[in-house]
Amino acid sequence: MAKGDPGVTTRGRRAAPRSKRATRTDGPELVQLLTPDGERIESATGPDGTEYRVDFTDEQYRGLYRDLVLVRRLDAEATALQRQGELGLWASLLGQEAAQVGSGRALRAQDMAFPTYREHGVLYCRGIDPIMPLGLFRGVDQGGWDPNEFKFNMYTIVIGAQTLHATGYAMGVHMDGKTGTEDGEAVIAYFGDGATSQGDVNEAFVWASVFNAPLVFFCQNNQYAISEPLERQTRVPLYQRAGGFGFPGVRVDGNDVLASYAVTRHALDNARLGQGPSLIEAYTYRMGAHTTSDDPTRYRIASEVEAWQAKDPIARMKAFLTRQQIADESFFAEVDEQARAESVHLRERVLAMPDPEPVTMFDHVYPHGSPELDAQRAQFTTYLESFEGSAH
Amino acid sequence: MATETLTLGKALNTGLRKALENDPKVVIMGEDVGKLGGVFRITDGLQKDFGDQRVIDTPLAESGIIGTAVGLAIRGFRPVCEIQFDGFVYPAYDQIVSQVAKMHYRSQGKVRIPMVIRIPYGGGIGAVEHHSESPEAYFAHTAGLKVVTCANPQDAYVMIQQAIASDDPVVFLEPKRRYWEKGPVDLDAPLSAAYPLHASRVVRPGTDATVLAYGPMVRTCLDAATAAAEDGRELEVIDLRSLSPLDLGPAYESVRRTGRCVVVHEAPGNLGLGSEVAARITEECFYSLESPVLRVTGYDTPYPAARVEEEYLPDLDRVLDAVDRAHGW
Repeated sequence: MAKGDPGVTTRGRRAAPRSKRATRTDGPELVQLLTPDGERIESATGPDGTEYRVDFTDEQYRGLYRDLVLVRRLDAEATALQRQGELGLWASLLGQEAAQVGSGRALRAQDMAFPTYREHGVLYCRGIDPIMPLGLFRGVDQGGWDPNEFKFNMYTIVIGAQTLHATGYAMGVHMDGKTGTEDGEAVIAYFGDGATSQGDVNEAFVWASVFNAPLVFFCQNNQYAISEPLERQTRVPLYQRAGGFGFPGVRVDGNDVLASYAVTRHALDNARLGQGPSLIEAYTYRMGAHTTSDDPTRYRIASEVEAWQAKDPIARMKAFLTRQQIADESFFAEVDEQARAESVHLRERVLAMPDPEPVTMFDHVYPHGSPELDAQRAQFTTYLESFEGSAH
Repeated sequence: MATETLTLGKALNTGLRKALENDPKVVIMGEDVGKLGGVFRITDGLQKDFGDQRVIDTPLAESGIIGTAVGLAIRGFRPVCEIQFDGFVYPAYDQIVSQVAKMHYRSQGKVRIPMVIRIPYGGGIGAVEHHSESPEAYFAHTAGLKVVTCANPQDAYVMIQQAIASDDPVVFLEPKRRYWEKGPVDLDAPLSAAYPLHASRVVRPGTDATVLAYGPMVRTCLDAATAAAEDGRELEVIDLRSLSPLDLGPAYESVRRTGRCVVVHEAPGNLGLGSEVAARITEECFYSLESPVLRVTGYDTPYPAARVEEEYLPDLDRVLDAVDRAHGW
């Protein structure tokens, strides 16, 4: 079969017929439960015939909306802080809120997540103080949360490396006997479209497959690896890669928080029940730059960005909530006010973040320490003290 | 059972077995470590006795071995990874250097990676390319890793257990050409009372020059010392054992007595361990030195074809030649 042949399917069996109510709006096999216009689709069918649906209370719908708005507002604040010189760098999640909140809320308390460096929305859903990643990007630390306390690993900047960590962790879940029941544990590995070209990601696919690891590979396909478009990474839809490794793959509308939730929850529950790994391609778009050091006008055209603007994850949720009378203007105003207050609070705390004492660079290199390093620390301390009137 | 005579390889195997017995969180993983018992049989019989969840045959991907072991470590396991040969560790280099080494530091001590990476290393077995290399400097240069190497069966047995018990990530280099050499091993000595993992050791006292070596070169240097003694020159041989951190206290003490120092390793000389050792000895023993610290090492070539490796590798004559040069300075 030729590369890029559209006949390639995820599994041997063809997809079951899609729900009549599911209106595909973007690409083949896209699981969608909320259209860009805010139309609710009752159920959608994945390429392997799985039927996806969600059944949220009004309160839960409002909660998801609140998450989306807060996550975007805090992200915007971080971008502003970088522009004002308070952060060295920021990797914005703008445009990817639904993929992150949907998948992040789909995690159960016992599930473990392995992020890249852009999963600020998932971090928020895990209950981690949103100031934590700002310490990393401000340069005062390298990530301060306890991965095991929050079930959310440290950010990983080396592209794709964390997918192997997630795979090993998931193997450990299996070895600990924590799969096979509804209260079992599952693991999710976040990565992007660029990462799918990395050896580590492909090795993770192999390992997860042969060890039947309880793992969900969650690829946010935001269409660009810095400047390089998806076409430079793949000639097949990314979710179809899963088939070659022996597990199911599905493409979900990553700007649809409901579908992102449904698909992720289903995949996690399959994993915890012992049915092995799967790949989710959350089809989305990075509305901003790769990081604040990037200039996306050099490699993509405005009309493309505008087309994706029309698929905004928050606007469609707001339209849905309004149309269904699940929320009114006073609710939206209250959420906006909360977002404003939290971002002000975030800003205040970032500005108050002290620089670390220089000597702390010697801390935590080894659990058991090192006499060589102790000697260097002592030498450095003496050196600093040699400056008369030094603050150190 | 007390003291038995074992090969270095069997001593490692016995140490690994003991580690598996003592801690249910210890898992061995690597290519062919299960049914086959590893290409050098270092894990022989372990999968049979501990099962394939404790002794795991992995897919053929070194980065995958180390990367998944990181995840297992985060989960609370103590992975012991086998890299089949020195020259095959490089696909895992990123995971070792960027992930294994830095995780504790980046997390401000919240995440420990108590991992051992076993690597058979060095030449002298007539192997084809990529099977005879000495990559220790790459790892010793990396903060966050500890690097050790054993030179005899007793140390092999004890040090592998100490490395596994350590919460530090340890690169454990095994001198593959010494796998078959035999020596006494005290199997009952408690680990808590054992010689420290990161301490060097004087393995032959002497007065006329200090010879520093580790791994496969310790035997070579001991043989050189025997030959030198026949010529009336007493060499003090120190087995460094730990390459990161280095324990050079005994070396300083020795050099201050002997006034001469030769460092020996198989790895290329340029920016090798010997360079660091020579610099430190020069700093610490400057007024005691009768000659510069000399290095006897592999040459700065790729590891050559096996039929000329004997010329490439430091041997007894090259060590003695260096000692002569130190005395003739």
